[in-house]
Amino acid sequence: MTQSFSVVGKPLPRVDSMDQTMGKTQYVDDMTLPDMLVGRHLLSIHAHARILRIDTSRAESLPGVRGVITGSDLPITYGILPISQDEHALAVDRVRYVGEPVAAVAAVDAATAEEALGLIDVEYEPLDEVVTLEQAFADDRPILHGDGLGQNVHRSAALEFGDVEEGFARADYIREDVFFFGGNTHAALETHAALASYSQTGKLTLWSSTQVPHYVHRTLEKVLELPAGRIRVVAPAIGGGFGGKTDPFSHELTAAKLSMVTGKPVKINLSREEVFYAHRGRHPVLMWIKTGFENDGTITSMRFKTFLDGGAYGSYGVASLYYTGALQPTTYRIPNYRFEGVRVFTNKPPCGPKRGHGTPQPRFGLECQLDKAADHLGIDPATIRRRNAVEPFSTTVNHLRITSCALVECIDKVVEESGFAGKHRQLPSGRGVGLAVGAYMSGAGLPIYFNDMPQSEVQVKVDRGGGVTVFSMATDIGQGSTTMLATVIAESLGLEPADMIMVTADTDLTPVDLGSYSSRVTFMAGNAAVVAGRKIRSRVVQAVADELETEPGSIVAEHGRVGVAGDPDRSVSWADGVRLAIAATGPLVESGGYTAPKLAGSFRGAGVGISPAYSYSACVVEVDCDAATGIVKVERVWLAHDIGRALNPLLTEGQVEGGVYMGLGEALYEEHAFRGSLHRGPSLLDYKIPTALDMPPVETFLIESDDPEGPFGAKEVGQGPLLPVIPAVANAIHDALGVRIDEVPITPPKIVAALREVSRGRPGRVGPVTIPDYEFTRLTRVEVPEGFVTP
Amino acid sequence: MADHILAIDVNGDRHRVLVTDQRTLLEVLREDLGLTGTKHGCDVGECGACTVLVDDKPVLSCLVIARQVDGSSVQTVEGLAHDGKPDLLQEAFAELGAAQCGYCTPGMLISARSLLDDNPDPTTEEVQAGLAGNLCRCTGYIKIFDAVRLAAARDRGL
Amino acid sequence: MTIRLPAFDYLTPETLEDAAQLLADPERSVVVVGGGTDVVPKMKRRQITPEVLVSLSRIESLHGIRIDESGACTIGASTTLAEIHDSTVVPEVFAAAAGDVASPQIRNSATVGGNLCLDTRCNYIDMSDSWRQASGYCLKDGGDTCWVAPRSNKCWAISSSDLATVAVALGGSVRLTSVRGERLIPIEALYNNDGMSYLTCAADEILVELVLPRGNGRATYRKLRRRGSIDFPLLGVAISARFDDAGMCVFARIVLGGIASAPLRAIEAEEFIVGRQLTDEVLEEAARLATQPARPQDNTDTGSRYRKWMVSVFVERALGDVAGDRA
Ligand SMILES: Cc1cc2nc3c(=O)[nH]c(=O)nc-3n(C[C@H](O)[C@H](O)[C@H](O)COP(=O)(O)OP(=O)(O)OC[C@H]3O[C@@H](n4cnc5c(N)ncnc54)[C@H](O)[C@@H]3O)c2cc1C
Ligand code: FES
Ligand code: FES
Repeated sequence: MTQSFSVVGKPLPRVDSMDQTMGKTQYVDDMTLPDMLVGRHLLSIHAHARILRIDTSRAESLPGVRGVITGSDLPITYGILPISQDEHALAVDRVRYVGEPVAAVAAVDAATAEEALGLIDVEYEPLDEVVTLEQAFADDRPILHGDGLGQNVHRSAALEFGDVEEGFARADYIREDVFFFGGNTHAALETHAALASYSQTGKLTLWSSTQVPHYVHRTLEKVLELPAGRIRVVAPAIGGGFGGKTDPFSHELTAAKLSMVTGKPVKINLSREEVFYAHRGRHPVLMWIKTGFENDGTITSMRFKTFLDGGAYGSYGVASLYYTGALQPTTYRIPNYRFEGVRVFTNKPPCGPKRGHGTPQPRFGLECQLDKAADHLGIDPATIRRRNAVEPFSTTVNHLRITSCALVECIDKVVEESGFAGKHRQLPSGRGVGLAVGAYMSGAGLPIYFNDMPQSEVQVKVDRGGGVTVFSMATDIGQGSTTMLATVIAESLGLEPADMIMVTADTDLTPVDLGSYSSRVTFMAGNAAVVAGRKIRSRVVQAVADELETEPGSIVAEHGRVGVAGDPDRSVSWADGVRLAIAATGPLVESGGYTAPKLAGSFRGAGVGISPAYSYSACVVEVDCDAATGIVKVERVWLAHDIGRALNPLLTEGQVEGGVYMGLGEALYEEHAFRGSLHRGPSLLDYKIPTALDMPPVETFLIESDDPEGPFGAKEVGQGPLLPVIPAVANAIHDALGVRIDEVPITPPKIVAALREVSRGRPGRVGPVTIPDYEFTRLTRVEVPEGFVTP
Repeated sequence: MADHILAIDVNGDRHRVLVTDQRTLLEVLREDLGLTGTKHGCDVGECGACTVLVDDKPVLSCLVIARQVDGSSVQTVEGLAHDGKPDLLQEAFAELGAAQCGYCTPGMLISARSLLDDNPDPTTEEVQAGLAGNLCRCTGYIKIFDAVRLAAARDRGL
Repeated sequence: MTIRLPAFDYLTPETLEDAAQLLADPERSVVVVGGGTDVVPKMKRRQITPEVLVSLSRIESLHGIRIDESGACTIGASTTLAEIHDSTVVPEVFAAAAGDVASPQIRNSATVGGNLCLDTRCNYIDMSDSWRQASGYCLKDGGDTCWVAPRSNKCWAISSSDLATVAVALGGSVRLTSVRGERLIPIEALYNNDGMSYLTCAADEILVELVLPRGNGRATYRKLRRRGSIDFPLLGVAISARFDDAGMCVFARIVLGGIASAPLRAIEAEEFIVGRQLTDEVLEEAARLATQPARPQDNTDTGSRYRKWMVSVFVERALGDVAGDRA
């Protein structure tokens, strides 16, 4: 299909880029209000303890302190998922991890607030801690959510699609592997902040660095018991999110409550350490994979077990759990598939969604296992992947509808560009290449709470001077959603993105968009914008056609003019066109909405993994390893991403590069590590995010498969490109050194340990060997979907 | 623990600010002078977001006790433009998508400015070394390297 | 901005005598500060809360680098690491090592005096007060247990200065001043293998300058760190050595940093290589010998086992650097 665009597909800068580089962009902590107070949290120093008594009287009487609150001031529970309403803004009766907020103060300045924290007396009665998976499955540990002793299973899932035993019976080769993916965290550069202002008229405004103003709005309504119409949530510029600002957080509620109590604006900015405790990052996942292959590498059957260490609260955990099983079949035709997973509670900061939500961990295991199988079967890594690749417009065994899919093209592209075939198994010792693929959703098919309303709404208002204002709650966390919306509307109207006036992420002013998570914004808000843009356009086109006494079909809107195509004399300026439309049909205000098609199957867990479209990526990584020190230098990364259509190649390339960067960090450096229940290093010195010197060159290839349902054919790019990077690194290290590190992060000590094993004549592998002896019950057997073709 | 009058030149303007001894330069800039362009990501010297020039050298303002720089001249992102015209680096960063969330950007720009002042034609490796104290979590740095080199080339009239 | 400094008095003497006088204050807790890149984070984390900070930054005589007639290089305590890195007169290995410290911005503030007197580090103590309460205060923190080695009555915090390791290898000396007078001691004698009292000098002594003798051999420094920048050394190996015309090693100093509470001389390894040509076998044996005194603990990144392994790898490579084509 050849379609010509005027601004779609152009590498234009972000619409706010000059503000950013001039230092004018305002983040929450840059804001001040008159008479504003500083808020701080007192953190738990116990991982698990009963709170016997909290005495705030000394703090309250400190001069300069205006308010002190504790758990009893905010007794209503909340949580992002309707089924996990297990959090309190401030601990009530019990603390469940070190760093959990216990009390909050508001004072005239930071020094007074800090001093006040030291004057709050808390008496704890320590309880036994639950830290490891084994302890969580034991019967003799205290239950974190509830009383008494017992297992700390949050949720378990067991689903079978097709018949795995039949599939294994058909296999020529079956292998079982165990992998571990260590927890890691978002580490957005801006630490979370919230500024709350409660007015005398009973209206609360909260500016917060959140990815989900709509869900924060709902949470404030619930916990503060204020009518939604009296709460306004605004997300100004956000200094990075990656899923770390996608839950409602304590400080948003405490800042609001303290403002209500004191009658003054209150700002709380989390310290870097507090961000590590607020966390919601990648779950540590232990996994077991059993896969059957035919001799030519065709997969006949797969069993996948995952064990998630969820930390102390639910957060997105139920979804995260299902995500560890959902997307494996989106890249490979797996004719029979059983997924069993369990998430446990432990006395550590809660885990949640981080870029790729629940899918990088199984992707790592799956892609490493595939390489091991290919090795055994004597097939090269590219061939085994191509052989099993899903086809466009197909259905997976677990009932996911696949539309556009350029997986094979992505593989071909990176294999060719990197010279993979000539390098794999052929580079000198210490050097190696690895290949892996991935797929991700362009937005979760269902909203977080059940409802039939659109998942995204966009409104466009045109001024009599021709100025176009776009209203959307889509929240720009750096990914460029505001620019994307401006581009879509500008394309429809024949204008420039930079001319659009963007009003975003404000619950008072903008219609709902559910938020910046699950890579949903381009697809959903983009589609809503397409609708709104078209409506405006057709009204202007109609009015101009009437004026020029011609058919609307012959009218085009481009380059700021509306008129007969190819006849500049028969056209009017955009602004004149607008005035004609307003005169003819009234106020030029239109809106559009997007609701994802109903795609969910009818089994429990079917809501997770469905999406109107999937992006695909393939990645080759080349490494140079120092066998003596275990230090891995990544020489170059090639990444091809099926984006459907790149609405803005500059921004999408930036997303790919950022995803590669984060993937390399997870693969080689980063670990949210604990010593018992204590964080090993809640700082940017101890938590090692790569520096400029650690970043290799990246070659990005955007593959445009033109999705039939995406806005102008577009799909997601914010999360998918991260997925293949981690296993590609692991596979490259294996190619370089012959050792398998089946555990992320792949640190120098693990590599050296594996090589020392080899020198002693033992297998060169570091990684877990067993999984807990946990019995999954209530297996749900699901029929293969209609039209599912077994290979 | 007395108050002192700090005399500093910030972006070409003379300021006299009443400070306590424990005040850091970062706090003076953001809270006393309202120059919130300078960011902070850790407050303890580990991220580079708070980078400013003190007497033309990039330093971490979160680690600088304000009184230590009494009498010095300080330059922040707000002072990079010349007569209202953005610095070449600011333009190049915007043009090439070197800012995503933009939070590391002010500190990056300051480090990059100092780098180009010392070395008008840096290689990518030299840019990496020059920006090695500024963490960016969004971009993977690649577009930042490109932007710095683009600005350098333009500065040399290429 | 959440993390703030506690209150203190900031004093900026203009002469060394005044500074020494202020440091000798018997009434108040006083800490001397150079660039503050170590003192400020520690105070923000409430690891130390001195009542007075005495800044050396206004004392002109402490700035600068000079070469005397003997060729010795004297570096004033307030000279920044960036200045050292850019200098063409300081021994090359020292300038290069200065460029490996922390990050570019920190090197513009950090002073050589502060680097040489850098407090020992440990991931049980370089934490916020609230973290330390959760863990329990350790020995260095006024508690009664070292969490790294709970049965030990010694603190195992790590000497983490890059330049100390190099300066010991180069046989440098430091000039110290206090109200009691001035003294020049070998820098090796400045350090004590004890995480708590890691310096042998009195608390009121000021390091005035570092003197590095004219080098007439070869020297190298290799630093192990996870990332290309910012990170402290997980291990630093500095070696200086001299060879006769036949390629025989006639003098050697092998110093290990980042694995004990002081820069550690690998004396057995030094003695082993003196009088030998640095063949591959000799390198290997020297590396093995150098590993023996190293007892790294699990109190920084990557753990103790790996860092112990790395001692031999790094020593062997560093010896290779100095052996050059003579081996
Ligand atoms: C993120 C980060 C990374 C770092 N990485 C490294 C690294 O890789 N390698 C490394 O070596 N260091 C590193 N450091 C530590 C520190 O920045 C450097 O060691 C620096 O050189 C210290 O110098 P300063 O002048 O800033 O010291 P200050 O903070 O001023 O002082 C440090 C200590 O020395 C004492 N002191 C200072 N001057 C004198 C003097 N003249 N006489 C007596 N005592 C004195 C002080 O009382 C204090 O105990 C890092 C710091 C940070 C924050
Ligand atoms: S705020 Fe992170 S270095 Fe200053
Ligand atoms: S652009 Fe977000 S941290 Fe650099």
